[in-house]
Amino acid sequence: MGKKLLLAHDHVPGINTYEVYRQHGGYASVEKALKGMTPDAVTEEVKKSGLRGRGGAGFPTGMKWSFLAKPPGVPRYLVCNADESEPGTFKDRYLMERIPHLLIEGMITSSYALGARTSYIYIRGEYFYVSRILEKAIEEAYANGWLGQNILGTDYSLDLYVQVGAGAYICGEETALIESLEGKRGNPRIKPPFPAVAGLWGCPTVVNNVETIAAVVPIVNEGGEAYAKIGIGKSTGTKLISASGHINKPGVYEIELGVPVEEFIYSEQYCGGIRGGRKLKAVVAGGSSVPILSAELILKTAKGEPRLMTYESLSDGGFQTGTMLGSGGFIVMDETTSIVKNLWNFTRFYHHESCGQCSPCREGTGWMEKILHKILDGHGTMADIDLLWDIQSKIEGKTICPLGEAAAWPVAAAIRHFRAEFEEYVKNPQNIKDVKHYYRLNNLQPA
Amino acid sequence: MSNNKKIEFSPESLALAHKLMKRYPEGKQKSAIIPILHIAQAEFDGWLSAPVMDYVASILKIQPIEVYEVASFYSMFNLKPVGKCVIEVCRTSSCWLLGAEDIIAHIGKKLNIKPGQTTADGMFTLKTVECLGSCGTAPMLQCGAKYHENLTLEKVDALLDELKREGKRKTYLDKI
Ligand SMILES: Cc1cc2nc3c(=O)[nH]c(=O)nc-3n(C[C@H](O)[C@H](O)[C@H](O)COP(=O)(O)O)c2cc1C
Ligand code: SF4
Ligand code: FES
Repeated sequence: MGKKLLLAHDHVPGINTYEVYRQHGGYASVEKALKGMTPDAVTEEVKKSGLRGRGGAGFPTGMKWSFLAKPPGVPRYLVCNADESEPGTFKDRYLMERIPHLLIEGMITSSYALGARTSYIYIRGEYFYVSRILEKAIEEAYANGWLGQNILGTDYSLDLYVQVGAGAYICGEETALIESLEGKRGNPRIKPPFPAVAGLWGCPTVVNNVETIAAVVPIVNEGGEAYAKIGIGKSTGTKLISASGHINKPGVYEIELGVPVEEFIYSEQYCGGIRGGRKLKAVVAGGSSVPILSAELILKTAKGEPRLMTYESLSDGGFQTGTMLGSGGFIVMDETTSIVKNLWNFTRFYHHESCGQCSPCREGTGWMEKILHKILDGHGTMADIDLLWDIQSKIEGKTICPLGEAAAWPVAAAIRHFRAEFEEYVKNPQNIKDVKHYYRLNNLQPA
Repeated sequence: MSNNKKIEFSPESLALAHKLMKRYPEGKQKSAIIPILHIAQAEFDGWLSAPVMDYVASILKIQPIEVYEVASFYSMFNLKPVGKCVIEVCRTSSCWLLGAEDIIAHIGKKLNIKPGQTTADGMFTLKTVECLGSCGTAPMLQCGAKYHENLTLEKVDALLDELKREGKRKTYLDKI
């Protein structure tokens, strides 16, 4: 049904090997680019495609590439962000594990466009076994002349390496990633300067997500215009969605941007509906950092229009009634889910992952976690709910990197859309089965 | 680890460390610190003692403090002794929605330890970790290099029994 550009061959046996990948048209984009296009012409196609960064922020990739500073005599770097640690997101792992050569091919074509002679794939340490799959693919690419000196007899040469991390969500933030790649703690840098000017070892650097780089392959093969014809408006092309939670068919789905959310959740082609025939309660549509929406608001916008899987439709209504496509980590929650407890789980995560450089993030995430814990234990007050709101509102825009915001937005959205549930925890803890401490203290039996 | 064991990489590991350092421009060899710490942790009983970190510093020709700084930042590096099998259970979002708490409680009860603790026989350490990028196959845990997905209590029991029977140390660097 939907057109597949990245996962068209993901079920072909042996597609992880060089031979089979090549038989299915692999490395054609490298041939096309190196033999027939200037680097700028490749960037031009990426611009025409309308491709937007698939790591979460959705920044236009062609524009990002054109910002790369090119001072003579200074090396430039392309770094692939394979840190994939945003809760609810597992598409990059799927792609790298199944079709490692697609990422390698994208890295070669993209490095050519940017004039990088050495490129790195920074992969989260927990994916160590995936890094071995990538290294094997890189070895095969060297052996067949796609990497190394004078690729395809041209004067373009490229070395490509895989770098493993060691467990830190913050290293997905691009400047923290660069710090980590330099062998340091993953503390985000103050910007400017942006990596496009001073990135890895102070040199101009582009950081792109795995899926973004993979998408360059079909864009170069079929042309930017053909890619831009898929999707709706400024949401062009296809997107990998990681679907998880209370659904019948969790997994990675490649969708043409524009599929209605309702179809995505309920059709057999995708999530296959809610487990056990239960009712949908809420969705976190783009990884844990984006605002949670109630069933009503995720299926239809505040204007009553069907919500679509596009950057624009998901954010329709701003943060009042909308959310974000983010990383495409689509977490579905059924009617049995406690929004308060889920929020505590997320907030605990951000507190744990805060690098600690900025007080609003370091302290704010900890305070929010503690207050949520208090409410969960059945000891919260109405003033605590207002205090939570107050704390989250004082993080946004006051930190070095967006992790602070990523921690604040879920709190704001949960209170905005589910305030009654927080109040119920405060007013009637005896009616809620999670408040274990309250029961113990009052010698009650769980409801 | 016995105290008098000399801290030195095997010839293969040392060769690998030097090969890794060549991946970066001249003078930027510090970039190899995380990959080399992974090798060190796998080779020296699953954790990074101060003497081990000092040894890594000597290979990279940097100050020991630079190694401590890095090792203490990343959650995969253990700065205290651990069991042969570190059971890392994801406790975040989708895993939590699908029963991670029950899995953690079950393992804790079976092994008679709390998260962060090691069994008396030195076989298992229980650790809770954040989203491992396996949410579509939740709940899940990692042990060494391997992901164990779509967990049930029965599967967890079978896994723990098997690991115990094998009695082998599991590391992130295992070839699976
Ligand atoms: C806290 C935090 C975590 C992030 N984690 C990731 C990640 O795991 N993978 C990723 O591609 N981008 C992540 N990003 C976004 C990157 O900073 C960067 O925008 C992205 O890699 C750019 O690539 P793209 O334009 O291709 O999306 C994260 C950002 C923040 C603030
Ligand atoms: S916002 Fe949080 S994670 Fe980002 S730099 Fe500041 S303290 Fe670190
Ligand atoms: S939430 Fe457990 S692997 Fe993602």
